[in-house]
Amino acid sequence: MIAVLLFLVPLISGVLLFATKNAQQAKTLALLAAIATLVVSLLGLTALKQPAYLEFDAAWLTGINSRFHLKLDGIGQLVCLLTAISFPLIILSAWNNEYSKPHNFYGLLLLSQAGLMGVFLSVDLLLFYFFWELALIPVYFLCSGWGGERRIAVTFKFFIYTFVGSLIMLVGIIMLYFQCNQTFDLAVILMQKVDPIVQNWMFWLFFVAFAIKMPVWPFHTWQPDAYEQSPTPVTMVLSGIMVKMGVFALIRWVAPVFPGAVYQWGDTVSLLCIIGMLYASVVAIKQDDLKRLIAYSSIAHIGLMCLAIFASNKSGMQGAVLQMFVHGINIIGLWIVANTIENNYGTRKISELGGLAHQAPVLTIMLVIIALANIALPLTNAFVGEFMMFNGMFSSKITRYNVLDTAMAGLCIILAAVYTLNMIKQVFYGAEKRAAVANTFTTPVKLALVVIIVLILVMGVYPKPFLDITNEAVDAVLNRMITEK
Amino acid sequence: MNAIIFSAIFGVVMMFSGVFISSKQIIRNLAIGLMAVLLLVNAAELTGYGLFDINLNNMLRFTSFGLVFNCIAFAATFIYLLLSARDIEQVGVNLAEYFALIFFILCGIAIATSFNSLLLLFLAIEIISIPLYILTGSDKRNLKSNEASLKYLLMGAFSTGIMLMGIALIYGATGSFGLQNIAVASKGFEAILTGGLLLLLIAMSFKVSAAPFHFWTPDVYDGAPTVFTSFMATIVKAAIFAAFIKLFEAAYLPGAANWKWSLTFIIAATLFIGNITAVFQQSVKRMLAYSSIAQAGFMLFALFGYSDFGKEGILLYAAAYSAATIGIFAVLLKMKDYTFDGYNGLAKKEPLLAFVNTIFLLSLAGIPLTAGFFAKYYMLVAAVKSGASLWLVIFAVLCAAISVYYYFRVIQAMYFKTAAADEPASLPVTANFKVILVLLAAVLVLLGIFPHWLFAKVYF
Repeated sequence: MIAVLLFLVPLISGVLLFATKNAQQAKTLALLAAIATLVVSLLGLTALKQPAYLEFDAAWLTGINSRFHLKLDGIGQLVCLLTAISFPLIILSAWNNEYSKPHNFYGLLLLSQAGLMGVFLSVDLLLFYFFWELALIPVYFLCSGWGGERRIAVTFKFFIYTFVGSLIMLVGIIMLYFQCNQTFDLAVILMQKVDPIVQNWMFWLFFVAFAIKMPVWPFHTWQPDAYEQSPTPVTMVLSGIMVKMGVFALIRWVAPVFPGAVYQWGDTVSLLCIIGMLYASVVAIKQDDLKRLIAYSSIAHIGLMCLAIFASNKSGMQGAVLQMFVHGINIIGLWIVANTIENNYGTRKISELGGLAHQAPVLTIMLVIIALANIALPLTNAFVGEFMMFNGMFSSKITRYNVLDTAMAGLCIILAAVYTLNMIKQVFYGAEKRAAVANTFTTPVKLALVVIIVLILVMGVYPKPFLDITNEAVDAVLNRMITEK
Repeated sequence: MNAIIFSAIFGVVMMFSGVFISSKQIIRNLAIGLMAVLLLVNAAELTGYGLFDINLNNMLRFTSFGLVFNCIAFAATFIYLLLSARDIEQVGVNLAEYFALIFFILCGIAIATSFNSLLLLFLAIEIISIPLYILTGSDKRNLKSNEASLKYLLMGAFSTGIMLMGIALIYGATGSFGLQNIAVASKGFEAILTGGLLLLLIAMSFKVSAAPFHFWTPDVYDGAPTVFTSFMATIVKAAIFAAFIKLFEAAYLPGAANWKWSLTFIIAATLFIGNITAVFQQSVKRMLAYSSIAQAGFMLFALFGYSDFGKEGILLYAAAYSAATIGIFAVLLKMKDYTFDGYNGLAKKEPLLAFVNTIFLLSLAGIPLTAGFFAKYYMLVAAVKSGASLWLVIFAVLCAAISVYYYFRVIQAMYFKTAAADEPASLPVTANFKVILVLLAAVLVLLGIFPHWLFAKVYF
């Protein structure tokens, strides 16, 4: 019931949106639909959280044993909640933007939400693949249709990159299908013992797809360009939610399914993550473009989550799951601020901006809070997640390099402080370099930022409810994994 | 049997209709009507109403697989005629003859899906090929069309010779044309038989334009009148694949180990050459020619892993590929400029055409929610199941990723680029045309969600 509604509400409203006539109508309907999805998601967490409501199972392809099977577990609940919260915020923050053909724009936006929900809900591997690809198609059209100057080439690169990954995963899916007595059902797959050698193969076939999506070094090259060139609401979808597809899929479809391979290749993947984090952090310091800076900082954060997952223990996994949610919220906040600055001052070059604190004190305060959350200061939401991840990494029992991993990840946090604080210093303090050309810091945008800041502070002080949601699901995943040498 | 006899009769009827009927419209409608009848009688045989009971001496065998395949081919031709019959008129004056030739080709297709003897296979291939030579050259005043026809005829005749030689050697080794006798004999390794099978493999590879025997394809497809290219590249090609599969199952599978490497090489080369060359094309028509080679590479997987998956897969692939390509060609025929740039800004001027064209292209690229995805999926499953090397499968998916590049170029042109001039990019299209295209796209999407509907009839 809840499971199928989470997917159907955005899907149906998305299709309906194509028929709307004017921009106002499209915007309003999109916002209402997004809020309706949020309500459904909240209901699933509170009033209707009995398992019967959270599962939907219908016959689909009987010939090849694939079912239309949606199910919400704790981890799914949290990412679905993230998706459900993000879309109203995204639509609110874009309230002032004018788009050509707004009905198509908002229609595609909601269709991408439907695809994302499908990815987080499906427990049938083939269905998962279906949604995995389908989430991409609306985003492709959104980026190519409404993006910046180099949008066509950049989006194409992004599309081909992820498509290659997906296809490689498809080979893995087919191999797994034959390994597991021709079933796609997650519960059945988890009961099988997969041959260790085949497992190694399949691990990489799956991991490459997810690594491209996250992105983990060296598969990240599509990302800064795509974030820069996409229209801001789509960038938010991409960075806030879509990259979480990779992290989420790692937890659902790799960690418990290929425990042996995760154990065997954990150090290799950790190495990739660390290289990526250090690289992205260093590059971020040198960026002059606000959007690219945020893009690189996102690579570093995602690398950290991946690292924590491969630590294979409770603290790391819980931290990574929580951080998925937190990072989604925070980065959307950062994009909103960056977008407002760009609209107001006509540039997003850090070197051309300065002294905004005098001109826009409220914006400055909000940005500082979000930026501090981005570098995981205590009392902000990211602190909880990152602390747990570090704890997990340090106490990891499956690797000899736990101290080194933790130290390197710590170094990245320091670098994050360097580029974030440097950005704040240059943009908000110092001499005033430009006057505002427009005022787009209006009520809807403020509202979106206030919601984000409230979430940052509340989760920073009292994260327990969020951890409770995922507790059981994380245990279930860890039960399948090899957690000690 | 219904299909073979009726298509031959209808071919003759169409041929004479040109003599007695002067109105082009009536001829056109007659052809479409007869096509519908042909589809119906074939469907009738599938449900058990065979109208003829002829002693065939076991030279033909009608299986549900072959009949379902006929249904797909005939339904595709029916849609093709609905969409493009008017364009056939544009090619030349002998309208009735073109329709007659198409019916003869369908007769060949019906034999190709049901042969049980190499002689009949040979006959089927020839019945398909000879009308194609004529259709390719039907635009008589166009030098390219003439050249293509001659090239096709020479190359085709050459490959027919190879095929005949192969059949002769096989006959020499086994003393029979029957498929079941070859199956018994080919378990061992005998020089004459293996030589014969090799020649046969080469000839069939030529006919389905598998590399390295594909060189005729781009020139012929490019030179032929576009409306016939559409027919050749889809229905005919798929039908020859059906014959190839049948042949492979009987003659090659018992000694599969001997053929594994040749086939791996052919598949890899076909995928690679088709996809890589398609990337560099400037004309959409030529791109589609190479894309048809690339898609053939995927269809060859059905041979590799001849299993239920391969069987279902080739049916689905034939349907998905034919429907999508016919749709794309139907839109292409309405374009003024066949280059990629000719599509610029189509979405603004003809949003519906652009939209259905996008669905067709997505299906060819194998994106989920379209039939093309499951077609590719079944092929890959068949390959993995047969124990094909993992590298070949990964190579295939990488090639599929390359194919996204050239299919999406058309989508980019339609949606994200603006036309240079204000004049319409396409010729005017009728409402009927649009309705049929939308239905075709709907079928592709439906098959993309419920592919098993297509083969429900195969196992009754």
